[in-house]
Amino acid sequence: MSIESLAQAAFLVAALLFILALAGLSKHETAKAGNTYGIAGMAVALVATIALAIDRNIESLGLILIGVAMVLGAAIGLWRARVVEMTGMPELIAILHSFVGLAAVLVGWNGYLLVEGGGSPEEIALLTAEGTLGIHSVEVFVGVFIGAVTFTGSIVAYGKLSGRLKSNPLVLPGKNALNIGALVVFAVLTVWFVIDPALWLLIVVTIVALALGWHLVASIGGGDMPVVVSMLNSYSGWAAAAAGFLLGNDLLIVTGALVGSSGAYLSYIMCKAMNRSFISVIAGGFGIEAGPGEDKDYGDHREVSAIETAELLRNAQSVIITPGYGMAVAQAQYGVAELTRKLRENGTTVRFGIHPVAGRLPGHMNVLLAEAKVPYDIVLEMDEINDDFADTDVVLVIGANDTVNPAAETDPGSPIAGMPVLRVWNANDVIVFKRSMASGYAGVQNPLFFNENSAMLFGDAKDRVDDIVRAL
Amino acid sequence: MIIGVLNEALPGETRVAATPTTVEKLIELGYGVVIEPGAGAESSFSDDSYVAAGASIGDAATADIIFGINAPSAAQLDRLREGTTVISLVSPAINPDLVADLARRRITALAMDAVPRISRAQSLDVLSSMANIAGYRAVIEAANAFGRFFTGQITAAGKVPPAKVLVAGVGVAGLAAIGTAGGMGAIVYATDPRPEVADQVVSLGGKYLEVAAADVEVSSTGYAKEMSDDYNARAAALYATWAPEIDILITTALIPGRAAPILITAEMVASMKRGSVIVDMAAANGGNVEGTVKGEVVVTANGVTIIGYTDLPGRLAAQASQLFSTNLVNLMKLMTPGKDGVLVIEWEDVVQRGITVARDGEVTWPPPAVQVSAAPTQSVAEKVIDEAPVKVPMSTARRFTYVGIGAAILLLLVAASPPSFRVHLTVFFLAIVIGNYVIGSVHHALHTPLMSVTNAISGIIVVGALLQIGHGNTAITVLAFVAVLVASINVFGGFAVTRRMLSMFSRS
Repeated sequence: MSIESLAQAAFLVAALLFILALAGLSKHETAKAGNTYGIAGMAVALVATIALAIDRNIESLGLILIGVAMVLGAAIGLWRARVVEMTGMPELIAILHSFVGLAAVLVGWNGYLLVEGGGSPEEIALLTAEGTLGIHSVEVFVGVFIGAVTFTGSIVAYGKLSGRLKSNPLVLPGKNALNIGALVVFAVLTVWFVIDPALWLLIVVTIVALALGWHLVASIGGGDMPVVVSMLNSYSGWAAAAAGFLLGNDLLIVTGALVGSSGAYLSYIMCKAMNRSFISVIAGGFGIEAGPGEDKDYGDHREVSAIETAELLRNAQSVIITPGYGMAVAQAQYGVAELTRKLRENGTTVRFGIHPVAGRLPGHMNVLLAEAKVPYDIVLEMDEINDDFADTDVVLVIGANDTVNPAAETDPGSPIAGMPVLRVWNANDVIVFKRSMASGYAGVQNPLFFNENSAMLFGDAKDRVDDIVRAL
Repeated sequence: MIIGVLNEALPGETRVAATPTTVEKLIELGYGVVIEPGAGAESSFSDDSYVAAGASIGDAATADIIFGINAPSAAQLDRLREGTTVISLVSPAINPDLVADLARRRITALAMDAVPRISRAQSLDVLSSMANIAGYRAVIEAANAFGRFFTGQITAAGKVPPAKVLVAGVGVAGLAAIGTAGGMGAIVYATDPRPEVADQVVSLGGKYLEVAAADVEVSSTGYAKEMSDDYNARAAALYATWAPEIDILITTALIPGRAAPILITAEMVASMKRGSVIVDMAAANGGNVEGTVKGEVVVTANGVTIIGYTDLPGRLAAQASQLFSTNLVNLMKLMTPGKDGVLVIEWEDVVQRGITVARDGEVTWPPPAVQVSAAPTQSVAEKVIDEAPVKVPMSTARRFTYVGIGAAILLLLVAASPPSFRVHLTVFFLAIVIGNYVIGSVHHALHTPLMSVTNAISGIIVVGALLQIGHGNTAITVLAFVAVLVASINVFGGFAVTRRMLSMFSRS
């Protein structure tokens, strides 16, 4: 039993542990165990790899560098994980994606330097003997391309989510042609590279991919970020898988495929929740064409004060709260949790209705509410709660707009027509927390605000929620 | 500016045009408020409670703006200054002399009963808010006069059938009556010439009785209008059929500015059961029932009680005052754009133009017509709406074809590849399938932790970099060093943040 075969066995064990980790995350009860499986898998893989590296006669300098890099990386990673605000989770996840992308690019470049660049004659001889030299070149290109797209895409997503970049979609003339053009250039260069593996081709493809990643995400608006982040999650997985092919490492392939399909599945859920195709989200520019029909007279909205809302809540039997991104922006989750606690003490049934695309990450609202100690068993998904609105006394819409827009169901001409929405308007009273009468991300006016059973509570969501808690 | 609230001069009026709650809101808008002593007494609002809310008690007649339920009496008007604004019910169509008198005195008069029925003005519409109360009270009066339960019961002392209530005319008052009677357990029927109200009746738990008629009315003013003879004959047949069946009849048919139509003839009343009760909410305008006496309760020869009260809202004085005065506050919000206590009449606004019946010594009633309707307008019905393309599910044959083509391509691809690559491909595709099954069952609330944990494990790419580092090639070592560094951030950061998030989720 050599170190080599032991390491291979360890990789298989690690891959299985990763599958257990993802399976564990499917339920609240097993989620923590799942995370532990993941850590165990990673530990097994790292120990095996370092043992393998030593077995392959790594220089002592290399070993020291590994130690330095890992300690430094661990310190940064643990520090960021400790201090991050839950509202800043989307940014953190986006920037972490970019690291995987960057690592994939670097591993790809090393693959080139090692083989096509002539760094290791034994390796070349081996590949030539197997007849897979051409495949290796393709793998280098694919790995670098996906990695680079993930890298810049994630950085732009990070910029948009953290407010460092404007979240409006960038609209370049012929943007779809640019995207497709980049793919065509990639395909042509790949063929060229297989025939003649020159360094400049690799440089060109890296630049093209970096530009494509940047453009792809820059042309998508802020509200589509749940799709973008899960898409980038998927890409980071495929990048790891491509590196696995490049290095002939099954652990990387398995893990990459798991992560890749996970991100793809989440993107699919998000797209379905917006009733849009993946292509249309990626093509970007949503909300620009909105505008016709906006001169329609919706009537007048009714205003309500925090005191009156508190009164309404005190007399209510059942309350549903539907939060949106506005709650995260205003950091209102603690006030909302306090309000929930008070109402429940009062004997009121309080539940939360979460739209799949609420927030900037899949499941973002759940994390925020969990942070504020809202019990997860009263936080329900749209499909679980949508039929219950009719029996509900009061609905509080906190910082949500498009996800509670009745026009999606009633107006076939609306840009959000057909999108599944929370049917809050069926409740007896709907209180909408909003800064102003401005329209939501989709640029569509919301007839909900003008319903007779709706009332607007204007102002900062956090302040208003605190006012209500005080009044109770 | 100062708002004055007068003692209501009309005999029997129990309501008041401002309550302590609305006084606070008026003061927020920048106004001062003066209440005449005892103005709120009959609505259970003491002078002290007004003072506590910020108003002063004193002579209200010198104020700049006068609030009233009803228009001030001639004696009260004599005490007002020129240029005062009076806001109250005026009924300009019925009281042209009063409007002329107000104009002659150079008083600006805003008639709260002339608010146009558009959705924007709903918050000012006192007719609706009073009708709502009247509808409720009508049922209470009927229950009071009715010698039985409303709700059906099975008791040890025998079975009690539920009362049957028929509501004629489904306006705001009718809807309130339907809701109240239904809430008390009665079986409620309702009828109205406008078929569009059927849904509203059903929504309140009533049954809609349709009058099968040729001319279906689409109201353009929001109010019912007089119907054709043919329709009336069919409606009469309907009432004649139902009269012997029902226990309680509530009629609400009013046409603005005209005598109320007679819906229920003396013969129909005679056909009703002994002990039945009729509440004629149109009594003030002559009544919908033959035999109604305005303001009185009469019992017919066959024992049917006909209630003709005209002060139904005033019988719930505190509630009626609250709603009426809130309508007034909403009007003041509209007409005080600066929130500085200065009343501004925006002449271009149809609502403000519509309620102003006298200004600068001129009668400004009726206002130019406004076309508004609750019913869908013709243009909407004709508008062609582009149907969103409907996704047709793929046919089985087509799906097989696609799967077949995909399988063939994959077959050729894998067959052409060298053996070592084939093994990797096998692993890759099986992992995708496993991934899909594993992820598909993840709870929606755990999507963010899922994302951060997959993020952490995608840091496994560090394995590749670890094997590349330190084999003599400086360039490779430098690149690999950076790769190990960033991937480590991912691994440790990802797991740590997942752990932190998961520890936050707790059950109740």
